[in-house]
Amino acid sequence: MADVKINKDTPWQEMTPGGDIYEAGNSVCFKTGDWRSVKPVFIPEKCKQCGLCFPVCPDNAIPVGKDQKRTDFNYDYCKGCGVCAKTCPFGAIEMKEI
Amino acid sequence: MAYNLKEIVANKPARFTAGHRMCAGCGAPPVARMIMRALKEEDHAVVANATGCMEVSTCIYPYTSWTTSYIHTAFECAGATCSGVEAAYKAMKRQGKLPEDKHTKFIAFGGDGGTYDIGLQSLSGAMERGHDMTYVCYDNGAYMNTGIQRSSATPRFADTTTSPAGDVIPGKMQSRKDLTEIMASHHLPYVAQTIGVNNFKDLYEKAEKAIYTEGPTFLNVLAPCPRGWGYPTDMLTQINKLAIDTCYWPLYEVVDGKYKITYKPAKKLPIEEFLKPQRRFKHMFKPGNEWMIEAFQEEVDKRWQELLDLEEMSNKNNENA
Amino acid sequence: MSIRERLSGNEASAIAMKQINPDVVAAFPITPSTEIPQYFSTFVSNGTVDTEFVAVESEHSAMSACIGAEAAGGRAMTATSSNGLALMWEMVYIASSLRLPIVMPLVNRAISGPLNIHNDHSDAMGIRDSGWIMLFSENNQEAYDNLIMAHRIAEHKDVMLPLCVCQDGFITSHSIENIELIEDDKVKSFVGEYKPEHYLLNDKEPIAVGPMDVQAYLFEHKYQQANAMRAAKKVILEVAEDFEKMTGRKYGFFEEYRLEDAEIAIICMNSTAGTTKVVVDALREQGVKAGLLKLRVFRPFPAEEIAKAVSHVKALAVLDKAESLNACGGALFTDVTSGLYTNGVQVPTVSYVYGIGGRDTTTKEIEGVYHDLQEIASTGKVENPYRYFGLKGGAN
Repeated sequence: MADVKINKDTPWQEMTPGGDIYEAGNSVCFKTGDWRSVKPVFIPEKCKQCGLCFPVCPDNAIPVGKDQKRTDFNYDYCKGCGVCAKTCPFGAIEMKEI
Repeated sequence: MAYNLKEIVANKPARFTAGHRMCAGCGAPPVARMIMRALKEEDHAVVANATGCMEVSTCIYPYTSWTTSYIHTAFECAGATCSGVEAAYKAMKRQGKLPEDKHTKFIAFGGDGGTYDIGLQSLSGAMERGHDMTYVCYDNGAYMNTGIQRSSATPRFADTTTSPAGDVIPGKMQSRKDLTEIMASHHLPYVAQTIGVNNFKDLYEKAEKAIYTEGPTFLNVLAPCPRGWGYPTDMLTQINKLAIDTCYWPLYEVVDGKYKITYKPAKKLPIEEFLKPQRRFKHMFKPGNEWMIEAFQEEVDKRWQELLDLEEMSNKNNENA
Repeated sequence: MSIRERLSGNEASAIAMKQINPDVVAAFPITPSTEIPQYFSTFVSNGTVDTEFVAVESEHSAMSACIGAEAAGGRAMTATSSNGLALMWEMVYIASSLRLPIVMPLVNRAISGPLNIHNDHSDAMGIRDSGWIMLFSENNQEAYDNLIMAHRIAEHKDVMLPLCVCQDGFITSHSIENIELIEDDKVKSFVGEYKPEHYLLNDKEPIAVGPMDVQAYLFEHKYQQANAMRAAKKVILEVAEDFEKMTGRKYGFFEEYRLEDAEIAIICMNSTAGTTKVVVDALREQGVKAGLLKLRVFRPFPAEEIAKAVSHVKALAVLDKAESLNACGGALFTDVTSGLYTNGVQVPTVSYVYGIGGRDTTTKEIEGVYHDLQEIASTGKVENPYRYFGLKGGAN
C-alpha cells in the first residue's frame, strides 16, 4: 500500500481535484488502535479455530491466513470493542485493561 | 461456491479494509465486509453510499476504506447516483468503451435514514427503472450519525433524541415502517431481509443472490448500534441473536414474489429478551408500562404471522403451479 | 455545407444533444424544458444515439444520476427549468465540487411561488455561486451553438466544471426560427471523445469520489474550483475561436452591439437582447448613440472585460429578469457595478428589474430605458438606481 502523501499541511497545488482518492483501500494507513481502552488478548491454547471471532470484528483486526487459521490480533486497528471476546465460546480471548 | 465461512474469509478479499472510523463495536462494518465478499473475485464493483455513519467514517479525505470504486454524493440519492453509474456502464459497454471480458457490479449502501426516509423516492425510482444493482440498507433504527434521532425505521416506544421518553409521551409513538415489504411490492426479482453478525451464512448467501440476480435487488440488514440502542459494545453477536430469536427481525427472502423464511427459531423468545438489554427501551420496564411491552409483543407476533402466511401462500402457489 | 432548418429552441437543443451523443441522459419533465428529453428519448428509441436514457423520478435524481454517470467515466446530460433546478440545487453544487463536466440546457422559467411557468431568470440566478459555467443565449441558434461548444469548455483539463446553457422559456424554447445546423460528423470531431483520467469504471484503478472533506482540505478544494472557473475564461475564448473557424459564427464573453461609440448602453441577457437591438437601431436612426452589451458568459463573470467595454459610456442600465429581493438591485446589476468599481470605471449605472413571470418586454419599454439613460447622461446624476419597468402601478 502506497503511503498517503496528502496530509493536513498539503498545499492546494498537491491535492487531488474534487477530493478524489486514487489509492483505494488506503485507510489501512490510518491506525485506529489508539482508540482502545481495553485490549483483547488471544490465548492460542484455548482456541479451536472455530472461525466465529474473525468475521464479527468490525475492524478487520483478526488476521486469517490462507490456512484458514486466525493469528494474533492486529492492534493497529483493534478498537477494543470486545465483540470477539464475548463471541468466543472457548474463552480463548480475554479483555484486559490497558 | 458453497458457503464455507472460513474459506471465504481466508480466500476472498474484504474490499472493505481496516482503518475506518466507525465506532467500536458497530454492527455495520461486518455487514458491509461480508456483502462485499459475496462478489466474485474477478469482478469490478462500484459502491454508492448515502451520507450517514458509514460514509463519514469510511471515506474521510484522503483515506478510503474501500478497495473497490466508491462514490458518495448526498444523503437522499444513493439509489439515483448508483443508477447513473450503472447507466453509464451499460452505454459505455455497448459502445466498446470498456473491456468486454470484465464485469462490474453495482452496490448501494444506505442507512435507514437515507433509505426508509429521505432516500426512499430515489431508491423506489431506481428499483422501478430496473437498473442492474443491489441496494443494501444497513438498518440501525435511527439517525445515528447525527445523534440518534428517530427515523421511520425506529421501533415503537424507542427513546431517541427526537422521540424522547418523557412524562407524557413515552418514546416514539409510531410503529416501524416495513421497508422490506415496500420493496417486495416493487416486484423485484430478489428482496431479502437478513442479519450480519450471528448468521453470516444467511447474509452471505443472500448477498450473493442479490448481487448476481440480474436487475434491481434489495437487502435490508439489521446493523445494531451500541451507542444508539444503549447496550454494551461487546454484545453485538448476542443482540443480533436476540433480534432473530424473538422474531423482531425475521430473516426471509422474496424471490420473484415467492416468500421464504430462512430462519425459524426453534423456540421463539419473548420480546422482553430483545428489549431488556437496550437503554432505548428502559422506560418500558417501569411499573405501569407493562402495556407497552404487550403492545410491542403483539405487533411482533402479528408481523411474524403475516410472514408465515405469506410463506404458506407462496408454497401453495408453488404446489398449484 | 451547414444545414438550414426551422426549429424551436428546445428542438435545436435536443438536436445538439443528439449530435453530441452523450453516454447518459437523465431527465425529468418540467415546463418549458420538457420537450428536450422528449425529443431526445425519441432519438434513443429509434436508435439514432448510443445514449442510455434514464427517465428519473425527480430532478434531484436527474442530477444525482448525471453525477454518477459522469464520475463513472461517461458523458452525462440533463435539461431542466425553474423548480426542477431548485429541486436539484443540492446536487448542482455537488456536481461542480466533484469537478464533473456535466452539461445541461437550462430553459429559464420563474421560480415559484406563486406558481408560474413563464420566463424570467430567477432559476438561473439561484445557481450563480454553484460553480457552474453559465452561458446565455439570445436565440435558437445561440442555444444550439453554445451546446456544441459546451463539452469542449467543461471537459478541458484546466476547467473540469459543469456547464449550463440558458435560453428563455417559451420565448425561444418554443418559437420556431431559422437555424443553421452543423453536420453530424463535424460536430462529432469538434466535440471529441471524453477521456477522463480517473473514473469509477476503470477496474485497473479503483477510485473514491465524494469523501468527507474536513477542515484541513475543503478550503483548498474550493480554491482549486475557483481557479478552474478563472481558467475557464481562456478556454471559452479558445473554443469560440475554433468554433468560428468551423462555422464562421463569432462568440466571445459578450456581444457588443453598436457599443463602440455609444453614449448610453444597456446590459442584458438572453432574448431581451434581440428586442433591445431593434430599439438600438431605431434610436441610431434618430441620431441617439445607443448601444448594447449582450452578456453571453455570466459565469465566469467577465468583470474586467465588461468594465473596459462600457468605460466610455455616459450612462448604463443593467436589466435583470429576476428580482433579487435584496433591496439593492438585480444580481447582474450588482455584479456589473462591482466589476466597474473594481476596475476603476465610474459610469452612472441603474438597475432595472423587468419581465418577471413572463411579463412581456416591449420595444417601447426598452426605449423608455434609453430615454432615462439620456437624462442621466445629461445630468450625470442617478436618482434612484433601483428601478423597474413593465410593473403595473409603477415602482415606489
